[in-house]
Parts: sequence; C-alpha cells; structure tokens
Amino acid sequence: MAAAASPEPAICLEDVAVEFRVPHERVRSLKEYAIRALQNRVTWEERLAVRGVSFEVGRGEALGLIGPNGAGKSTLLKLIARVLRPSAGRVRVWGRVAPLLDYGAGFHPDLTGRENLYLNGTLLGLSRRALDASYERIVDFAEMRDFIDAPLRTYSSGMVARLGFAIATEQRPDILLMDEVLAVGDRTFQAKCMERFNAFRAGGTSVVLVSHDAQLVASACQRVAWIERGELVRIGPAAEVLGAYAERPLAGPALPAPRAPATASADPGGLGARRPAS
Amino acid sequence: MAELAGTSHPGADPRLERPFYDSARRPPPALEELVALWRYRDLVVQLVRRDIVTRYKRSVLGVLWTLLNPLGTMLILTVVFSRAFAAGRSYPVYVLTGLLAWNFFAHTTVAAIRHLSSSGVLIRRIYLPRTIFAVAAVGIGLLNFLLGLVPLCGIMLVTGVPLRPSLLFLPVSIAALTAFTLGVGLLVSVLAVNFSDTAEIYGILLPALLYLTPIIYPRSILPATANWLIGANPIHHLIALFRTPLYEGRLPDPASGAVALGTAAAALVLGWLVFTARADRLASQI
Repeated sequence: MAAAASPEPAICLEDVAVEFRVPHERVRSLKEYAIRALQNRVTWEERLAVRGVSFEVGRGEALGLIGPNGAGKSTLLKLIARVLRPSAGRVRVWGRVAPLLDYGAGFHPDLTGRENLYLNGTLLGLSRRALDASYERIVDFAEMRDFIDAPLRTYSSGMVARLGFAIATEQRPDILLMDEVLAVGDRTFQAKCMERFNAFRAGGTSVVLVSHDAQLVASACQRVAWIERGELVRIGPAAEVLGAYAERPLAGPALPAPRAPATASADPGGLGARRPAS
Repeated sequence: MAELAGTSHPGADPRLERPFYDSARRPPPALEELVALWRYRDLVVQLVRRDIVTRYKRSVLGVLWTLLNPLGTMLILTVVFSRAFAAGRSYPVYVLTGLLAWNFFAHTTVAAIRHLSSSGVLIRRIYLPRTIFAVAAVGIGLLNFLLGLVPLCGIMLVTGVPLRPSLLFLPVSIAALTAFTLGVGLLVSVLAVNFSDTAEIYGILLPALLYLTPIIYPRSILPATANWLIGANPIHHLIALFRTPLYEGRLPDPASGAVALGTAAAALVLGWLVFTARADRLASQI
C-alpha cells in the first residue's frame, strides 16, 4: 500500500505509567500473609517502572528505544505486546503484533523440530491451519529440512534461533517488536533475516527496536526515543537523539527530576530496580 | 523536558479502522479472557499434546501407564480392604469409580499449579490468555479420565456389575467434575503464584479431603453421627454424581445431584472471575 508516507499511527502511547507494587517486607507464604493481614501489617509501596511516556509510531516507521539498563525500554515493549497493562494512560495498537524477543522460550527439548514448530506457532497466536499452510516455507527458511524430525535437544543454539526466527516472521506482522534481536545465526542467515526485515518494512510493518547497539539503531530506525528512569528524555530523528545520548554525562545525571513525588517512591535511583531484566 | 512529537490525537480519525487493542477500552476481563481463549484454542491442543508426548516419549509402556496407574491402586486397595469393606457389591468397582473421579480432580488441580508457575518465561515475554495453562491441565486430565473408563468397563464386566442405561447420565457427571476441577485449578494456581507455600498446603489438604470423603471406604461404615459431615462435603456429591450411575446403575439422588451441579457451577464462576481479575498482574509476579 502507498500509505508509507502518511502519518497513520500504528502504536500510540499517551501519558503511560506502569506501576509495580513492592512489598515493604517480602511476604511469600500464605501463613505469614494471613498473620500479617490479621495484624493489618500488609504494606507496600508503588514504584513506577514507566511514567508519563507518550509517543507514536506511524505505519511503516521504525522507532529505536535506547537508554541504560533498567530504564523501562523492555517494559514499553511489553505494554505494546499486551504482556503488561498500563496503570495509567492509554496504549493503542493497530494491527497484529509479532514479538521477536527471545527465541526458544516456548520450545521443549524433548519434542521434535516439527512438534516445536506447531507449539511455538500457536503460542504466538497462529492457528494450526495457518501453520499447516506455511509449514514448508518455515522449514525451508530455517534450513531445517534434514533435522525437522529430530528432537530439539540435538539442535545447536543457532538452529534453535533460526527455527524461532522463521516461525515468528513467517507472516508479515503489522508491528514487529524486537529486544536486542534482529538477525540470528551465521552471516548468511543474518543476511536472510535482514532481507526479510527490509521486506516487512517495505510492506508497511512498523518496528520498535530496543538495543544498546547505536550503530544498529542508526541503520534500522528513522526515529529514536531515549528512555531513562522510566521517563522519555528525548525523541526525534535517529542521528540527533543518538548523538545527544552518546554525549550524556555518564556520572549519574540528575535528570529527570521526579515530577510526582506523591506517587513515586521518592527514590528515583530505585526506579526500575525491581523490574525484570530489560 | 521530555517533549514529544505527535502526542495529541484530535478525536477519532475517520481513516482509521477501530484499534485492534485499546488499553482504555477493555471489555470485562472475564469476558475478554473467554474470547482470547477461543482464539488460542489450537494452543490448548498443542499444550495437551506436548504434555502427553513428553511424558511418555521414553517409557516402554507409554500411554498405558495412564490406565495401569488407577488399576494398580484399585488392586492394592481391593487386596487390603475388600474384607473390611465387604458391605457393598463389587468393592473393586466401588473404589475404582471413586478413584477415577478423585484422581482426575486431584492430579489436575496440582498440574494446574505446576503449569502456571512453570510458564513464567512465556507469560513475561508474550501475550497469551493466562487461563490456558489451567485449561490445558484440565484437557490432559480429562483425556486420562476418559481413557480410564475403558478398564473400568472391563472390571465391571468381570465382577458382574451390570452396565445399565443410567450410563447415559455420565456426560453430565463428567461435565460437572470438569467444571469443578477447572474452577478449583484456576483458584489454587493463581494463589500459588502469590504464595509459594500454596502447593504445600494444598498437598496436605488433598489427602485429608480424600479420607474425609467416602471414596476408598463405603459410606455405610461411618457412624450415623458423621452423616452431616459427608452431606456437607461437596466433593462427596460430585463423586456420587459419577459413581452412582455406574456402581448402582441408577440416577443420582436429585438433592445430591443438585448440590453437585451447583458446587461445580459456583467453583467455575468463582475461579474464572478471581483468576481473570488477577491475570494482568501475573506477568510481574511469576
């Protein structure tokens, strides 16, 4: 479609916040909880992994997310993927989302490649019928023809990654989410990944890429968003934001100041400390 | 400082189709989950398949274990107890019908806990209807349960317990047991994510419940004073719903049947509502 130049949005985040409830004392047992609940001693604080973030990604556009570890980049991806819900603000997504996060998360070592293909495909929301139709193409793309009926535990990690990539990218998604992963396998296979990636872009797929690799972000994305301590520091053309990010003072910058100490933990250094790895 | 481009969205743009996902306009979670589960129904089949294939892949007897397990228990119990509990007709049929229904419930709810807590990697990374793990556990349990009916019929023939037309009531019994099991499975699995000792407590509770219910012993051995206890035990009515049409060859008592069906429906609704209300938090808890 010739809509690539139009500002039609694919992803729209408006003033989004994600809250994590951190218990003051970690109560992990039911017994302890019951005792504390009776004594009215179950307390926690809300910490914000992301706050006040707004941005839009247009159809066919590629946005890079950069920032230090624990800044909230992966949390933003999870919001778009519907893994997490915003505690405040609004997330809208138009179209089918394909997460390219961690190949092999849904694989089982004792199943064959073929069985894993169906398991992994349905985990990603594809129907059995769709997988039947694309089975041959997936196997060919992953270059797995000779091994597809062998158990996955006999595969090399590169083979697993190839199969995962082939399944996740078999159908062109409207939105592709990538966390530090773009191309996998050896050089020739990486070239195939890039070829597919570029074909998706040409077809109108929007991309959100989280990466610490400035060169990769610069080559793949037109726009870049710099995230730090759960807040959007800057968003704009890739070269500009990447340049500013590279020149940031490295010794614990004072920005951004907590804007809402009432809800925040008044502990900006602790923001995102509890978050799963990003 | 964080000033952004293109944040404002003046009204609805007529060029756009309805958003595929809008966090601000969500249907009630219980309903949303139901729709999502239907869309992911092929995944249920794959998860059931995965479990069965991986469990039996390297065993000689394979799926036969599913049949041999309750049969073995029945055999042991028959040898040990058939004199003591000789009150009724065929004790093997009595105990096997009770055990099949009980094992379905007990094993499946424990499996639901295991499935959900071992799926953290997936739940943290991709979107899935989170009830799918309990549903898949129930699917696996149901398959084993239905397979177990085959040797049961064999034992009935051998021990001379006739197969009566009351058998036709069994789909209702099995549906009620399934609903109850799914409801309890959802409840305990979401509880287990919040409190790590849930599995241990449940592991103690289950045998207690087994011995409180006339499953391996006939109700007639209990003193009359214990009647109220059995009557108040919903599991007893659910087991009876399955056992009576087979063992006694008649339909369950209407009152007992009503309690069983009511309990099953209530457990399913409660489990579904509680689970779906908490499902969004799972990604940051598991």
